Amino acid sequence: MLIEARDVHKAYPVAGGAVQVLDGVSLSLAAGETLALTGESGSGKSTFLHLLGALDHVDQGDIVLNGQSIGALDDAGRAALRRDRIGLVFQQFNLIPSLCVADNLAFQARLADTADADWIATLTTRLGLDGLVRQYPEQLSGGQQQRVAIGRALAARPALVLADEPTGNLDEATAADVMDLILDLVRDTGAGLLMVTHSSAIAARMQRRVHLSAGRLA
Amino acid sequence: MTRAALQALLSHWRRQPLQLATLLIGLALATALWSAVQAINAEARNSYDRAAVFFGGTDLQELQRRDGGPIPLATFTALRQAGWLVSPVVEGRIQRADQAIDVIGLEPFSAPPGTLPPEFAQLVQENPQAMLQDGGTGFVAPEMLADLAEVADLPLLRPAVSLPPGTLVADIGVAATLLDIPDQITRLVLAPEQPRRQPDLAEVAPDLVQQTRGAEGDIARLTDSFHLNLTAFGLLSFAVGLFIVHAAIGLSFEQRRGMFRTLRAVGLPLRRLLLLLLVELLVLACLAGAAGIALGYVIAGALLPDVAATLRGLYGASVSGDLSFRPLWALTGIGIAVLGTLVAAASGLWAVARMPLLASAQPRAWERTSARAIAVQAMAGVGLLIAGLLATVLFDGLIAGFALLGGLLMGAALCLPVVLRGLLSLAQGRARSIRAQWFWADTNQQLRGLSLALMALLLALATNIGVGTMVSSFRLTFLGWLDQRLASELYVTTRNEEEATRLRAFLDGRVDAVLPIWSVMADLNGAPGQVFGIVDHATYRDSWPMLEATPTVWDEVAGGAAVLINEQLARRAGYGLGDTLAVEPGWAFTVVGIYSDYGNPSGQAVIAIDQLIERHPDVPRLRYGLRIPPDQIDGLTAALVQDLGLEPGQITDQAAIKQVSVRVFEQTFSVTGALNVLTLSVAGFAIFTSLLTLASLRLPQLAPVWALGLTRATLARLELGRSLVLAAATFVVAVPTGLALAWALLAVVNVEAFGWRLPMHLFPGQWLRLFALALIAALLAAALPVRRLRRTAPAEFLKVFAHER
Amino acid sequence: MNAKVLILLTLLWPVTLWAQGFAGLGSTADGFATPQRGTPFDFPTDHGAHPDYRIEWWYLTANLTGADGRDYGIQWTLFRSALAPETSQGWQDPQVWLGHVGLTTPDAHFTAERFARGGVGQAGVIADPFRAWIDEWAMQGSAGDGLNALTLSAQGDDFGYDLGLRADGPLVAQGQGGYSVKSAAGQASYYYSQPFYQIAGTLHLPGGPVEVTGQGWLDREWSSQPLAADQTGWDWISLHFDDGTKLMGFALRDDGAGYTSATWIAPDGKPTSYGDGALTLTPLETSEVAGRDVPTRWQVDLPDKGIAVTIDALNPQSWMGLSFPYWEGPVRIEGSHPGRGYLEMTGY
Repeated sequence: MLIEARDVHKAYPVAGGAVQVLDGVSLSLAAGETLALTGESGSGKSTFLHLLGALDHVDQGDIVLNGQSIGALDDAGRAALRRDRIGLVFQQFNLIPSLCVADNLAFQARLADTADADWIATLTTRLGLDGLVRQYPEQLSGGQQQRVAIGRALAARPALVLADEPTGNLDEATAADVMDLILDLVRDTGAGLLMVTHSSAIAARMQRRVHLSAGRLA
Repeated sequence: MTRAALQALLSHWRRQPLQLATLLIGLALATALWSAVQAINAEARNSYDRAAVFFGGTDLQELQRRDGGPIPLATFTALRQAGWLVSPVVEGRIQRADQAIDVIGLEPFSAPPGTLPPEFAQLVQENPQAMLQDGGTGFVAPEMLADLAEVADLPLLRPAVSLPPGTLVADIGVAATLLDIPDQITRLVLAPEQPRRQPDLAEVAPDLVQQTRGAEGDIARLTDSFHLNLTAFGLLSFAVGLFIVHAAIGLSFEQRRGMFRTLRAVGLPLRRLLLLLLVELLVLACLAGAAGIALGYVIAGALLPDVAATLRGLYGASVSGDLSFRPLWALTGIGIAVLGTLVAAASGLWAVARMPLLASAQPRAWERTSARAIAVQAMAGVGLLIAGLLATVLFDGLIAGFALLGGLLMGAALCLPVVLRGLLSLAQGRARSIRAQWFWADTNQQLRGLSLALMALLLALATNIGVGTMVSSFRLTFLGWLDQRLASELYVTTRNEEEATRLRAFLDGRVDAVLPIWSVMADLNGAPGQVFGIVDHATYRDSWPMLEATPTVWDEVAGGAAVLINEQLARRAGYGLGDTLAVEPGWAFTVVGIYSDYGNPSGQAVIAIDQLIERHPDVPRLRYGLRIPPDQIDGLTAALVQDLGLEPGQITDQAAIKQVSVRVFEQTFSVTGALNVLTLSVAGFAIFTSLLTLASLRLPQLAPVWALGLTRATLARLELGRSLVLAAATFVVAVPTGLALAWALLAVVNVEAFGWRLPMHLFPGQWLRLFALALIAALLAAALPVRRLRRTAPAEFLKVFAHER
Repeated sequence: MNAKVLILLTLLWPVTLWAQGFAGLGSTADGFATPQRGTPFDFPTDHGAHPDYRIEWWYLTANLTGADGRDYGIQWTLFRSALAPETSQGWQDPQVWLGHVGLTTPDAHFTAERFARGGVGQAGVIADPFRAWIDEWAMQGSAGDGLNALTLSAQGDDFGYDLGLRADGPLVAQGQGGYSVKSAAGQASYYYSQPFYQIAGTLHLPGGPVEVTGQGWLDREWSSQPLAADQTGWDWISLHFDDGTKLMGFALRDDGAGYTSATWIAPDGKPTSYGDGALTLTPLETSEVAGRDVPTRWQVDLPDKGIAVTIDALNPQSWMGLSFPYWEGPVRIEGSHPGRGYLEMTGY
C-alpha cells in the first residue's frame, strides 16, 4: 500500500471549544491508483489532504506512507518526506514569485536533489511551457501557472501526488486541459493521485471516489 | 456611521499593537532627533543674538589700538574733548573659584543707544548709586546666577536675560576694579551719530584704528557651518524616521484593504473614509509628535553641553549649556510630525482613493520590481551625484559644500537598489543549488520592500564612515600639528611690561632660549587678524608646521622682507608663495611660507621680530615661550613663582596646553559621535519595521516553499541570512560613499567653513567595527520577524492553501 | 535714552519726581549741604563746581541778531548732579554731568545733549581760569578774569556755534544776596547771574554760517533741595529791556496759587528783589508743541516798576525734546518796556 490513513482524528480549536473536523477516517491508496475525495464545504477534505501531505499533525490515529508512520516524524523528517515523496498541487497554484518558470518547475526536484534534466525537459514540453521558461509567474495566465505547479509536483517523481481543487480557479476548457495533463503524467510516473474536488465530472475521471461528510467517509 | 467606521478602523490597531508601537516610535524618533537639533540650534542662535545685540550688532564702529594694547584713559578724554563721541569698554577675564568669567565694563552715560543690557539700563534709571557704589552691581545671564552664588569677590549680581553665558557686565568703574586696570580701556565704541566737526583720528589718537566690530561679530558666520551640519544631521534623522513611518502606515493600509472595501461596500462614502483615515493619522501624529518633543528635549539637553563646549572650543562663541523650553519650538515639532506623517501616508491615502470598490481585498503581497523603475531611480541618483559635483564648480561657499554632500548622499541612496540588484544577480548567477538560487532571487525581489530601509541604512553608514574618517583624520593631523606648534616647554604671560623686563632678566642664562610671543592686530585682507614677530631660532626651523615654503624660508623671514601666513589667510585671500602681503598700508612683505593653524578662525601672519618692533615700538612684550630641558621644567616653574613672584596661572607647560587642546577637540566631536549612533539606531529600526511589514506579507511566499520541503527553521535561517546579506551589501556601497563624503568634508566643507584643508587618512579598523555594527543592527532588526517565522504554526501556512482567504 | 531720563529727573528736575510721588529731594538731603541764608559768594571759587551740593548748573541764554537781519537765540547749559556729596578721580566719581544746547531760528529749533561722568576729565568746571566743558562743548575764560570774557562753543550733528562773550556790567546776586527762596516753605538755592554779556560770533546752520551779535545772560545756581513737594513745574523769564534794565522772574506752579519771585536789575547792575506775588505771569495764548499745549504768549506785570508787557515766542516750537523735555526759547517783548529775552517752561 502506498499510503494508509488509519482512524484519523483532527480537531481545530475555536473560541469556546474545538471543532472536530475529522472523526475517525481510514483510507488507503495503492501506487498508480487515482482517487477523488469529494465532500461539502467544511467537510474536512482539505484538512485530510494536508494530513496526508505531512503538512499537519493528526490528533489521533496514524498515516503511513510506504510503510513509514508520518506521525513519528519530526519537523525535519516531515519536510524531507514532502520534498522527496510527495507532489502538491494547490488551487492557488502557489508558485514562487521570485523564480522563473524553469526554476519553479525544477524547484522541488532540485531541493530533493533528484533533478533529472531529461525528465524536466520532457515535462516542460508536455506541459506546453517551452516558450515560457524564462517568464515569471505573474506574467502567466492561471492555466499556465497551474501547469507549472503540476510540473513542479511531478518533477521529483514523487510516489504520491496530492491535488487540492487544482482546477478550482480555472475556466472549464482550461480545467479539462489541466486534468488531462495531470492524469497523463501521473499515469506515466506511476504515482498515486489523491485529488480533492467537488466536481462530479472530475471525480468521474478517477478510478475511485470517496465522499467525506461531517468528518467521516461515507 | 462615522463612529462605527472609526471604531472599525481603529480596531485594527488594537489587534496590531506592535504595528501601532512601530508607527508611534518611528514618528517619535524622527521628531525627537529633528526637534533636538532644532532646540540646540535655537539655543545657540539665542546666545549669539544675545551676544550680537549686546555688542551692538555688527554695525557699530569701534576704535582699537593698532598693536592691540590697552588704550590710556587720557586718550579717551582727548577724543571726547575733540568731539569724537566714543564710549569706553573694558574687557578681560577673571578666574573665580573654578569659573572663568569674561568681564565687560560699559560706561552707561556715553554708551550708544541700545548697547546696554536692558536690565543695566533700568538699574541706571532707578538706582544709579547701586550701579557703581559699594562694590557696584554686575549683570550675568540668569543661568549663571546659581553658579556664582557662592563665589566671593564679585559685585552684587543681578540677572540679565540678554547676556550670553559666561559674561559679567558691569559699570566700567566696577569692571576696571575687578580686572585691576584702573586707567586702561580695551576699546572705544563709536556712537552712530557724530557731531558735524571733528578733527582726523590721526591728529587726536594716532595709535588707534577704526574698524567694525571684530571677530566676535563673525561668530554667526563662522558657526553657520556647524549649525548647517547639525541641521543636516537632524534632517537626515528625520528622513530616516519617515522611512519607518512610511513602512508602518503602508502596512496598516495594506492590511486593512479588505476592511476599506467592506466599509465602502456597506455605504461609507470614499471621501468620508479618507477623512477618517486622515483624522486617525493626525491623532497618531500628534501623540507621537508630543512624545518626540519630550524625547527631543531630553536628547537636546544631553547634547547641549557638548555643543556649547564645541562652539566655545572651535569659535570662542559662548552658548548656554542650559536648555530653555520654547513653546514655539514644541509647536513646530508637532507640526513637523504631522507633516512627516502626511508625507509618509500620502502614497497610502492615494492608493485608497484610487482603489476600485471591488478590488481584491488581498494585500498586494508582492510586486515584481520593474527593472525600469529601478533604472530611472538610478539615473536620478547619478543626476544628483553630478549636480552635487557641479555645485562645487559653479558656486562658492558652504552652500556648495553642502550641496555636494546632499547630492552625494541622496544620489548614492537612489543608486543603491540598482547596485544591490546587480550584486544579488551576480550571486544568483553563481549559485549552484536551487535553495541558494531561490535565496538570492527572493532576496533580490524583496529589495523593493526593503529599499527605503536600506537607503536609510546606507545614509547612516555612509555618514558614519564619512564623519568618522573626517574626525579621525582631523584628530591625527591636529595631534601632529600640536606637537609641532607647541615646541616650547613652558609658556609665560606677564602682567605688565615691568614684570616682563624682570622676567627676561631672570631667565637670562637659566633657559636655552626665550622666544617672545608678541603680536599686533592688523587688517589682514579686510578682516581682523594678528601679526606675530618671531626671533630666528632653531625651534621654528625644526618644527614650524609648514604646508608650503620656499627652500630658504627662515633666512628670508629673518632677513626682514618676508612673511609667513596661516592657511586660512592664504585660502581666503588667495595668496601663494611669492605674493606680496600688505600687513598695513605701506608695510608689505613677500609671502615665503604657509603654515597650518587649526582651531583659529582668523588670519595670521608672522614676520621677523625686528620688523614688528620697528613699526610698533610699543607692542606689548608680555608673552614668552621658554625652551629648557624637560627635567628642569618643574624647578623653573617653582623658581618663577617663588623668586619672581609670578602667579602659577601665568605659567603653562606644554603638556597642559596639549591636554586642554585635545580635550576641547574630543568634546567638539562627541556630538557628532552621539548623532552618528542615533542615526544608525534609527536606520536599524527602519530595517526592523520594514522586515516586520514584509514578514506578515511574505507568508504566502514562504508557505509553498515550506510545503515543498523546507523546515521552518531553515526558512528562518535563510530569512536571517537575507537580512545580513542585504546589510553587508549596503555596507559595501556605503564605504565608497562614506569616503567620498569624508573627502567632501575635508577638502570642500572644512575649507569653506574653517579655512583649512586636512589630509585624509583611512581607518579600516573603524569600518570593520561599523560593519559589525551594521550586521548586528540587521540581525537585531530581523530577529523578531524571524523568531515569529520559526514559531509560525503550520496552520498559518496552511491558511495560505485554504480555498477561501 | 530712557536710562538717562530718570537720572535727570532724579537729580535735576525734582518737579516731576514729586508729581510721580518720589520723595527723594524734598525731605532730606542725604548728607548733601543745604544753602544757608546770609552766606556771601566767594569768587572766583563759586564759579566752579560745588560737589557737596546735589545739583548745580551753568546756564547761558542769548538773544542774537544775524547779519542776515533775522533773530536767533542760543542756549548753552551744563548741569551737574551728584549721586553722593563727594568727588574723586577715576571712574568711581559720583558726579554726573549733562550738557544741553539749543539754537533757535524763527522757523527752526536745534538741540543736542551730552552725558558724562566726572573723574575722568570728560566734563567738569574749573573756577580759575574759568572753564566749563562737556566733551568738545566749552565755556572758557582767562586766568584772573572771572566770567568777564568767555568763549563759548557747542555743536550737534547738524548745527553749532562759536561765540565770544564780554560782560559790560557786574555779577548780580539773586534773591536775598544770592539766597533765592523757591517756595513758601522755604526751599532755596544759591543763585547769581551775569546778565550783561555782549556777544559776537558765528552760528553754524545747515544753510551755512551766519555772523551774529547780541546779548547774553548767564545763570549760576546750586542747591540740594530746591522745590517744594507739591510744585509741578515752573515758568521762568530773563528779559533784556531796550532801556538797559533787566528782569528775572519765575512762577513756580503748584496745587494752589503758586509762588513767584522776581529781580529787577538796574542798568548799573543794582538788583531789586521781589518776593511772592509782586510779579504776575499770565498765559495769553498756547501753542501745540510736541503734542501738548504750551503757553507761548504771556502777560508779564511788575506793577512796582510799572512793567506791563506781553512776551511772544520767536519760535513757538522751541521744544527741547531731550531726555528731559522742556520748552526754552527766545521771546520778543512788547508793551511798556519793549525788548527781548528768554522764556523757559517746565512741567507741561
